Amino acid sequence: MASWGEASESRLIGKRVTRLSGKDKVTGKAKYTFDINEPGMLYGRILRSETPHATVMGIDLSEAEALPGVKAVIPLIEVGNKLRYQGQEIAAVAAETDDIAKDAIRLIYVDLEELPHVVTEADAMAADAPQIREDWAGNQSEPNIREDGDINAGFAEAAVDVEATYHTPVQTHVCLETHGHVAKWEDDQNLTVWASTQGVFGVRNDFAQHFELPANQVRVITEHMGGGFGSKFGPGTEGRTAVELARITGKAVKLMLTRKAEHLVAGNRPSMTQSVRAGATRDGRLIAYDMKGYGTGGISSGAGFTGPYVYHVPNSRAERVNVAVNAGNQRAMRAPGHPQGAFAMDSLMDELAEKLGMNPLEFRRINDPNEVRQAQYTLGAQEIGWHRRNSVPGSGTGVEKRGIGLGSGQWGGGGGRGTEARVTINADGTVEAVTGTQDIGTGVRTVIAMIVAEEFGLETTDVRVKVGDSQPGLPSGGSGGSQTTPSVAPVIKTAAAAAKQKLFERIAPLLEAPVGDLRVGTGTIYVVSDRTKTITWKQAAGQLGMESISEGGTWEEDLRQNGAAGTQFAEVEIDTQTGAIRVVKIVAVQDCGLAINRLTTESQINGGVIMGLGQALLEERFMDPVTGRMLNANLEDYKVPGTFEIPEIKSIVFDTHRKVTGVGEPPCIPTPGAIANAVYNAIGVRIRSLPITPDKILDALAEKA
Amino acid sequence: MPDKEKKQGTNISRRNFLKGVGTGTVAATVAPSVLIGSEKAADAQAGDAVANATIQLNINGKSYQIEVEARTTLLTVLRDGIDTSGSNIDLTGAKLICDRGECGGCTVMVDGKSVYACMMLAIDAQGKQITTVEGLADGDDLHPVQEAFVQHDALMCGFCTPGFIVSSAALLNENSKPTVEEIKVGLSGNTCRCGTYPFIFDAVKTASRKS
Repeated sequence: MASWGEASESRLIGKRVTRLSGKDKVTGKAKYTFDINEPGMLYGRILRSETPHATVMGIDLSEAEALPGVKAVIPLIEVGNKLRYQGQEIAAVAAETDDIAKDAIRLIYVDLEELPHVVTEADAMAADAPQIREDWAGNQSEPNIREDGDINAGFAEAAVDVEATYHTPVQTHVCLETHGHVAKWEDDQNLTVWASTQGVFGVRNDFAQHFELPANQVRVITEHMGGGFGSKFGPGTEGRTAVELARITGKAVKLMLTRKAEHLVAGNRPSMTQSVRAGATRDGRLIAYDMKGYGTGGISSGAGFTGPYVYHVPNSRAERVNVAVNAGNQRAMRAPGHPQGAFAMDSLMDELAEKLGMNPLEFRRINDPNEVRQAQYTLGAQEIGWHRRNSVPGSGTGVEKRGIGLGSGQWGGGGGRGTEARVTINADGTVEAVTGTQDIGTGVRTVIAMIVAEEFGLETTDVRVKVGDSQPGLPSGGSGGSQTTPSVAPVIKTAAAAAKQKLFERIAPLLEAPVGDLRVGTGTIYVVSDRTKTITWKQAAGQLGMESISEGGTWEEDLRQNGAAGTQFAEVEIDTQTGAIRVVKIVAVQDCGLAINRLTTESQINGGVIMGLGQALLEERFMDPVTGRMLNANLEDYKVPGTFEIPEIKSIVFDTHRKVTGVGEPPCIPTPGAIANAVYNAIGVRIRSLPITPDKILDALAEKA
Repeated sequence: MPDKEKKQGTNISRRNFLKGVGTGTVAATVAPSVLIGSEKAADAQAGDAVANATIQLNINGKSYQIEVEARTTLLTVLRDGIDTSGSNIDLTGAKLICDRGECGGCTVMVDGKSVYACMMLAIDAQGKQITTVEGLADGDDLHPVQEAFVQHDALMCGFCTPGFIVSSAALLNENSKPTVEEIKVGLSGNTCRCGTYPFIFDAVKTASRKS
């Protein structure tokens, strides 16, 4: 059975290793898609709709075409078709400079017949709402209903119950490198595209299909990419447009989304509004749960959210619908559906615990069937100082009031088949590992190097890792679902083991020992039964002469595991005169099985907590019902966490087993619930709608008073 | 033929827009020495005629001659500029992220002080010493801030990192031993989406002990 071995035997795996791309990233040498400068490259731009709902009656490209420096202008929508949200593509240009492209966009004239629009869920669900999606009566999808047990019997058994409505707004991904591509046709049958993507091979296959090319004649490169968070899988209209402009002009074309377009069309986390009633028995068992909710993913579907979540409830009913509005489509965003559902569930748990007169932590202990999280509760409570919380919420004195709360989350992240890799040992002792995954900032390059270096007794810097390129044709899946490391690591491990075995076979005669007696030391290979028989790694590789060893690997189930439990405790301080909320500290206890690189795992946990903090306190897409436009499609009005918002964060990598589980997504799940419960503990008034902003705090305090 | 009064997007032409708001706006956005707020300036902005100027910039101790439009920003020159000798400047470390002086991704040093390169016209950078992230290391020897960022894993996707590195170096120029609160203030003009802040604070602390 394949195994990662014991912690005590590991020289690198499970340790803190600085990332291989670090030096390139701190010196500005790292080249992102946005940084590619091909000779004679043109700049592409897209004209987008400012009208949320309209029929296109005419498009006049002639003035744009006549502008000096413009090399191509193409329509992206046919006359007679409908525009259904602000930001939808109308036409594109390619020009010698980005400024000329910007000018050219302004010279495109479009004749529109406006149609009635709705941009909020409430407006879309109103009885007299215009029908904006033909296949959904009343702009709502068929409900998705899930039932378990018998809720009527459950409520009959309940000693207490709580009814509440929770809301989370649409959030956008805010990738700092906007979605974009640089497309270049090598000739009319061979296409190279630099893409800011989470899925090199998916993008390659999309282009091959769309432009009718054999897949191996499309090369997609993503050496570095500036954030995706789930929004960067396919090439999108912008990617295909870049390739088409390059085809027409015969030049390389760079087309990056503007910051505004990034907010409007590059995906978002759907909203959630749920009305829920839940009951518990006198001894603290969650017994019944009845929820009805909706969310919007824009004009598309996909606005699901979890509920009931994490905690065991024997009798439940959950009914969810998607609501269509005239806004850009949702895309997967870091743990899709989970942070919304977790915020509601953990708020509900605290409300029930209070009705029972029970400590919220005890209430969770009774109802959480997950053993890992049970242990995490103990550790997290110690780290935050759970005993310091207000036993009566809001009972603190003074203007600034503190409170403590907790929340929980659960994720999969077990990886899957489909990755091919090669590990090569060259005669000069150099080592290479190649696979078609991509490093989206999580540090998979370094993880690959650590695994190979551990297997060979080398240092990570001795391993040349090549990822982010669809050539030489070693596919790997997209980086989504926290699947990258658990999908890639087992294949790299078995490939390295196979290459090592081949090398051992070559040098066993030289060392006059059976292959089974050979071991790697640190930069050496030795005979386990006679340690005087040793040669350096370089000498061993030198035996290959003109050859090299190159081995593939297989994905071994035993090297990875599905299921990552997490819990977080938050301490907040609220200024009851201004409503200002400061998160003082977050303790994040996160299981991810075997953390191959503890340093980058901690980075991932920090990052998840901070994104969760943004969702809890800052982030919201504002739509103007009158114009149907997004009011904060920029970075000054759409707030993401900055230096002032960052609390002390204690990220605890919670060791469970020695199998790999992904951790990219789960740490953002418990944060909003933990913060919301801490706010309640501080001021004794519950805010059931994210983000928790000072105005909501002041309104709630005024209502209480 | 579509009705040109029903234009899309930023749908009033630059000329009409300028007529509507008067020349004050023009003077603020177009360098007065090259173009004055006139109908001609508006035309040039719309691309009917492009007025260029050749300027000289000192970047990372090296002198470049570049032909620019009046509106060209320092950031555009660094990233996309072509020296009159025909070679790309290609200093792509500084990034365009928000495009309006909010996120700090384009931060460079101008005469030792951190500046948003997206908010500075290239012609205004003449006669000044410009240092980009590429100019901080001494050959293979990293600047203490760069070294500390690697050591502490103060980066993930790395797209905001050049801006944070330059801002941190500029902060340490002014305050060699900042507290965490002072680091937060000093780097408040920079945004990271991956959430690397805690390790950035650690890295700046470490760098401050070395510098």
